[in-house]
Amino acid sequence: MLELIETITGVPAPLLFGQVLLGLINGAFYAMLSLGLAVIFGLLNIINFTHGAQFMMGAFVAWMLLAWAGLGYWWALILAPLIVGFTGVVIERLMISRLYKLDHLYGLLLTFGIGLIIEGVFRNQFGSSGLPYRIPPELSGAWDLGFMFMPVYRGWVVISSLVVCLATWLVIEKTRLGAYLRAATENAALVQAFGVNVPRMITLTYGAGVALAALGGVLAAPIYSVNPQMGTNLIIVVFAVVVIGGMGSILGSIITGFGLGIVEGLTKVYWPEASATVIFVIMAIVLLTRPAGLFGRA
Amino acid sequence: MEINRRSLLAASSLAAVAPLSRARAQGQTIRLGVLTDMSGPYRDSTGPASLLMTQVAAEEFAGRGFTVEVIGADHQNKPDVGANIARQWYDQGMDAIVDVPTSSVAFAVNQIAKEKNKVFLNSGAASSDLTGSQCSPNTVHWTYDTYMLAKGTGGAIVRNGGDTWYFVTADYAFGHALQRDTSRFVEAAGGRVLGASRYPFPQTTDFSAFVLQAQASRAKVLGMANASGDTINTIKAAREFGLHRTMKLAALLMSSTDIHALGLDAGQGLLLTEAFYWDLNDRTRALSSRVRARNQDRPPSQVPAGCYGAALHYLKAVADMGAAAAKADGRAAVARMKAMPTDDDAFGPGRIREDGRKLHPVYLFEVKTPAESSGPWDYYKVAATTPAEEAFRPLAEGGCPFVHS
Repeated sequence: MLELIETITGVPAPLLFGQVLLGLINGAFYAMLSLGLAVIFGLLNIINFTHGAQFMMGAFVAWMLLAWAGLGYWWALILAPLIVGFTGVVIERLMISRLYKLDHLYGLLLTFGIGLIIEGVFRNQFGSSGLPYRIPPELSGAWDLGFMFMPVYRGWVVISSLVVCLATWLVIEKTRLGAYLRAATENAALVQAFGVNVPRMITLTYGAGVALAALGGVLAAPIYSVNPQMGTNLIIVVFAVVVIGGMGSILGSIITGFGLGIVEGLTKVYWPEASATVIFVIMAIVLLTRPAGLFGRA
Repeated sequence: MEINRRSLLAASSLAAVAPLSRARAQGQTIRLGVLTDMSGPYRDSTGPASLLMTQVAAEEFAGRGFTVEVIGADHQNKPDVGANIARQWYDQGMDAIVDVPTSSVAFAVNQIAKEKNKVFLNSGAASSDLTGSQCSPNTVHWTYDTYMLAKGTGGAIVRNGGDTWYFVTADYAFGHALQRDTSRFVEAAGGRVLGASRYPFPQTTDFSAFVLQAQASRAKVLGMANASGDTINTIKAAREFGLHRTMKLAALLMSSTDIHALGLDAGQGLLLTEAFYWDLNDRTRALSSRVRARNQDRPPSQVPAGCYGAALHYLKAVADMGAAAAKADGRAAVARMKAMPTDDDAFGPGRIREDGRKLHPVYLFEVKTPAESSGPWDYYKVAATTPAEEAFRPLAEGGCPFVHS
């Protein structure tokens, strides 16, 4: 069997399995970030370009909690999304909420600018080469899967990301709160007429989307260098994921996130130079054939 | 998307050029411009520290019959931005440009300095072509180059039995040069290069896929032909996937600021090559304690130390030949620098070769374990020292045109 796979693919089977698994792990980050973006876009109609900076803030807050307050990884998992989510609420109240009546482009420019400012401030304060953050002892070590050496922490990332994604999907699709959210997306004025405080719901949704980005940042902190640019490269890919999945589609962004992670992983085996481009090629093809995205409604 | 961070930043760099005209002093003023990475990935290993160390050199020359003025600007690692600032600076009376990390920008400034007969004191760029095919009588290449890094780290690992290599290479000129120079040493010693993954720069954040391919190649050594954050993430992935148990990690360009970011847990045992470390001897320690308080409580790393050494030696040459003569003819100033032996607290005694290559001893360091380190910035122990004359590419092999004419 293994020989057969090797003959067909031209790559040793263990290497191929390993790359698919790694693709899933990267896909977990794509899924979680694009989920936050999709939630925000769905309700606010804002393309949140600050998302990469908020992902980075999550990682930095985890580092600060450890370095300044002695609070470790498990505390950071809870506190960092709350803290960064709160900054999101402040930004939404003070700035973004003034733009809802204007064209998308204004929201895009504003959030893009805020993202650049946040990154600049962090770079000024903490430098460009990053800060170390250790894998928590409970999650260090690795499993020998036979075909590869699987770090426990990466497994944890995939599982926790899946849980968070599913929970978000359930809240939005299956609960009363989710029903309000979806209704407000369709017709905010009508929902408000029924006595639902729509502006507050919008603010909290933005905060929740930002908190998801921050949670992604905490999960990423032990794997990648905690540095001010860590969100910049990721966020461009994540936007492509959202577009491919369909703007505002929750399930679309989850499935596309994991799927594109795998595609990217396989590209790294066959043609590593193209691994950054492959997602955009897929995006172009999807936009040409299904402009609303794979899971979007036209 | 028409708007991106680069175009927004481009506007801000022009603002940095402005202060020059304001500060035209009377009498002879020597002007040094530190053109460096103030906002990108190389900021910590060059950037503000390079500017500071050039100022420190200038301060040592206070009251020698001429005044010294130092300003800085951000080239954003882009040749066009760097070239614009360099042109403007030289036209407005700048005498020497200092640092210029990122080889592609350095090549652009190198040409302009030659064309305008000014001085270019490079510390931060790595490509050995600056004193080879691209060499210039107006340029001094002070701190390191790809040949010396490849020989230092690559050579040492091959000698210790690491004879099969797999490279993870940043897919641009610098990564290619570093892989090429290292492969040459590996093959010359009878070793083999089994493969390489060239990844897109700078869009890559996850290196585990390449680490896994390196593992599958069954090579003994993972050669990292990249720098700063990419190297850090490659090492982190290698540790996580247990690569370090079966393969040696060769970080071909790393500085103490990178080790600081990586942490000793992940960095311990790495071999790396540098020309300067703050804790080498009494002179380096004295220099570091002089500047540490002004450098965010950090000792200087090698590129800023190189800016100090280069600026100091240039000012010595200016004092020797007279400021007016030095300002009038950049080529003559560099010739005077080459004629005088060098000596400074960072690099000790040395000299500048006719192709512009600064020669000094080069050190192979091993990164300490957390137990061996007494705290932040106590990171290295010396594994080997290569004498100045052996550390760099021999003059005849560089192919510098004006050396033979």
